[in-house]
Amino acid sequence: MQNHFPLWKNLLVLIVFGVGIIYSLPNLYGDDPSVQVSSTQAVNIAQEQANQIDATIKTAGVPLKAFEFKDGRVLARFTNTDDQLKVADLLREKMGSNYTVALNLAPTTPDWLRSLGAQAMYLGLDLRGGVHFLLEVDMDAAVKQAEERYNDDLRLALRGAKMRYQSVSKDNGFIKVTLKSVDDKPALLALLDKDFRNLDITEPEAQDQVWLKVSEKEVREIKKFAVAQNMTTLRNRVNELGVAEPVIQQQGENRIMVQLPGVQDTTRAKEILGTTATLEYRMVDVEHDVQQAVTGHVPVGSRLYYERNGNPILLDRRVIVTGDQIVDSSSGQDQDGRPSVNISLNGVGAAKMAKTTQVSVGKPMAVVFIEYKVETKTVNGQKVRHKEKVEKVINVATIQGVFSKRFQTTGLDSPQEARNLSLLLRAGALAAPVDIVEERTVGPSLGQDNIDKGMLSFVVGFALVVLFMAVYYRLFGMIANLALAFNVVIVVAILSMLQATLTLPGIAGIILTVGMSVDANVLIFERIKEELKNGVTPQAAIFVGYDKAFATILDSHFTNLVVAVVLFAFGTGSVKGFAVTLIIGILSSMFTAITGTRMVINWVYGNRRVEKLSI
Amino acid sequence: MNTTNINFIGNRNIALIFSGMLMIISIGSLAVRGLQMGIDFTGGTLIEVGYQKAADLTVLRNTLDAEGFDDATVQNFGTAKDVLIRLKPHEGVSSADLSTKVLEAINKTTAEPASVRRVEFVGPQVGDDLAEDGFLALLYSTIGILVYIAWRFEWKFSTGAVIATIHDVVVTLGLFSILGLEFDLTVLAAVLALIGYSLNDTIVVYDRIRENFRLLRNKSTEEIMNISVNVTLSRTIMTSLTVILVLVSLFFLGGEIIHNFSIVLLFGVFFGTYSSIFIASPMALLLGISAEDLMIPVKEGAEIDHRP
Repeated sequence: MQNHFPLWKNLLVLIVFGVGIIYSLPNLYGDDPSVQVSSTQAVNIAQEQANQIDATIKTAGVPLKAFEFKDGRVLARFTNTDDQLKVADLLREKMGSNYTVALNLAPTTPDWLRSLGAQAMYLGLDLRGGVHFLLEVDMDAAVKQAEERYNDDLRLALRGAKMRYQSVSKDNGFIKVTLKSVDDKPALLALLDKDFRNLDITEPEAQDQVWLKVSEKEVREIKKFAVAQNMTTLRNRVNELGVAEPVIQQQGENRIMVQLPGVQDTTRAKEILGTTATLEYRMVDVEHDVQQAVTGHVPVGSRLYYERNGNPILLDRRVIVTGDQIVDSSSGQDQDGRPSVNISLNGVGAAKMAKTTQVSVGKPMAVVFIEYKVETKTVNGQKVRHKEKVEKVINVATIQGVFSKRFQTTGLDSPQEARNLSLLLRAGALAAPVDIVEERTVGPSLGQDNIDKGMLSFVVGFALVVLFMAVYYRLFGMIANLALAFNVVIVVAILSMLQATLTLPGIAGIILTVGMSVDANVLIFERIKEELKNGVTPQAAIFVGYDKAFATILDSHFTNLVVAVVLFAFGTGSVKGFAVTLIIGILSSMFTAITGTRMVINWVYGNRRVEKLSI
Repeated sequence: MNTTNINFIGNRNIALIFSGMLMIISIGSLAVRGLQMGIDFTGGTLIEVGYQKAADLTVLRNTLDAEGFDDATVQNFGTAKDVLIRLKPHEGVSSADLSTKVLEAINKTTAEPASVRRVEFVGPQVGDDLAEDGFLALLYSTIGILVYIAWRFEWKFSTGAVIATIHDVVVTLGLFSILGLEFDLTVLAAVLALIGYSLNDTIVVYDRIRENFRLLRNKSTEEIMNISVNVTLSRTIMTSLTVILVLVSLFFLGGEIIHNFSIVLLFGVFFGTYSSIFIASPMALLLGISAEDLMIPVKEGAEIDHRP
């Protein structure tokens, strides 16, 4: 019986081992605390600005470990976090709102490894610290907003076509158009066919009416758009937070996952991510008495609002411009150096604004800031989502002249507030409000703790298994231990190559794999022992042992794999990380424990007379 | 080690009665006491804070009580310096800002501000979704296994393996219920890993039974099963021991977060090993497995055809 591998098999094992070593190597290098500067605009940072940043850090006297300028981004590495934080604060102050200054842990992988594409494993939030949010987009609100929009557009179109109508109103999911004369109906239907193809038409018994409903296809589009727009919004907002490697992903139909590694100030993060804000521009009602309105006598054409200082104010019921007509906004300073927000409107908004300002120069106009705060309450054992609309007049300004597309709002308390407001507006008014439905924050100290504990239990668990195998199976045990170490290297290498997220349960999965992957060797060795006991020669025992154990290993490992795959399919977050390590561990252990050990055993015992096996 | 010759199958009734009792106790506890579900499934808020010195839980409790968080449970987590605060999703208090408010509240009274180690908030809807996904994962993995083993072996084996696995899961969950340990996503992952492990163990024994059915034609089914369980016994114990070694290391050194995970697997490996010896094979026997079920007439016929 020959215990000899063909050359290609030996080479295969050695090559896999070599590749495994190379791609797992980056994990041995640590990270540098660093500051990353990038531009929030579409343009990259130029060499000139990079030099400026470099100079700024040097002038401040902070020792730099390295300064890199690549792909329009600046990365400054430091030896400790104190320096890192100092420089980050300094740069945030210096660079202004057009740049994102983010804290980062930059890997110190040497260039030759990087050129091979080798990277360290991607650590999950539970290991590196940071925040995980799951946001849910309120689809009902998105659809309602669309109905509202169609309602308004219809009126405009009817007026534009000089068609006289009794009413256009929303009722029970329908937009009901009642014409003044039945004769206009063919013209109305023609108009609808031309410009409102997204509305399904129902003709009720009343001849002068047409009922319209937003079509299913359009509803799907609206929902898709609501998520897409929210994701764009979130990306912009996250940029503002200064996060080096944010993850923003759609999850399911209406949820968005946001992961912000390294973020400490979760309150601010939640403030920025969670609130939906929009603006309404309304004229101030200067004709009626505010005090009377406070006592309950609100004039018909007006509504009562409150300013931020608590003062009541009467505003016109009609809205001039709403948030969704805002296409861009940026913060800055006005001529007097006060914080301001510059706003641009779309065509519809610009036309409305022009029309209003033409007749209202010198009159006050108010900006109402509307926030939707979502609260989940339990009432009588039922979970009720309660949406609170908080309306506040944030600014009253006298219209200085006729304007339409571009204008400026002042009267904000601080540059910070101007920045926040413009940020919330720039992304456009949200297509639909979002709620935070899940939050997981891990502080940096816990992250490091988790890594340390994970490593310690790994090392100890590994050592125990190695010791146990060596004592029980002697030389064969030592060979199995080699395969075990090889297995860990491969698992780490594959995790690094896939850039799969390593979580604490993931580390537990690797540790578990260490315990379970010797199973294949135990099966083989027990089989060899059995064959030896049956009086078979050592060489034959090795051959038959591997041969017979193989089918068993295949079956038993495969069932295990089925479960791990199901776990991967249904798991979320850190559990998925566990499933990934388990799957990789099971697969690679079959290779190392069968082929890997066989190669070494063939080297030791193959092609010679053997009296006794050290098993 | 000499091959043992213990009459596992002959004494199967003892094991079956013992397991039956374990199952009844477990199901009873699960029905009466239920599982202590973590916030992953119930929704709610969990805050872990750390202090430089040992924290005074009474002060923290009183503070939270006074601030209107009267349903907060406050306990140490791992060490006396770490505190875990749990809040149910409850009436009148908003959800996402809750953690901020709680932190503000406790920082008012303690001399040293708490350092936030971890905040988890799970909305009720997400909790329901996670629970549903978890249940589906259990269901699909069971079905997947049932189909795979039925295909590779035979339906009686497949049923026996699934019963043995359900036994392991129920008993482990029962112990969790009796001990009042918290059941969260990580624990669920451990339960699924345990299913994988327990099956792995069972398959090894079944594989040997199948092999011996073909080799030892003059022996009774019961004898064959007994021989198979005995020859694989040292392997079963060896593998369990190596897995237990790493789990013990995880349990003692892996930190609080991974604690319950290791407990599930420790129980699981113990019961999984037990069930693959005492339950899986007797179950297949009870279902009436015989050598004929595992013969492959088609393949053997084909071999004959190819003989010259």
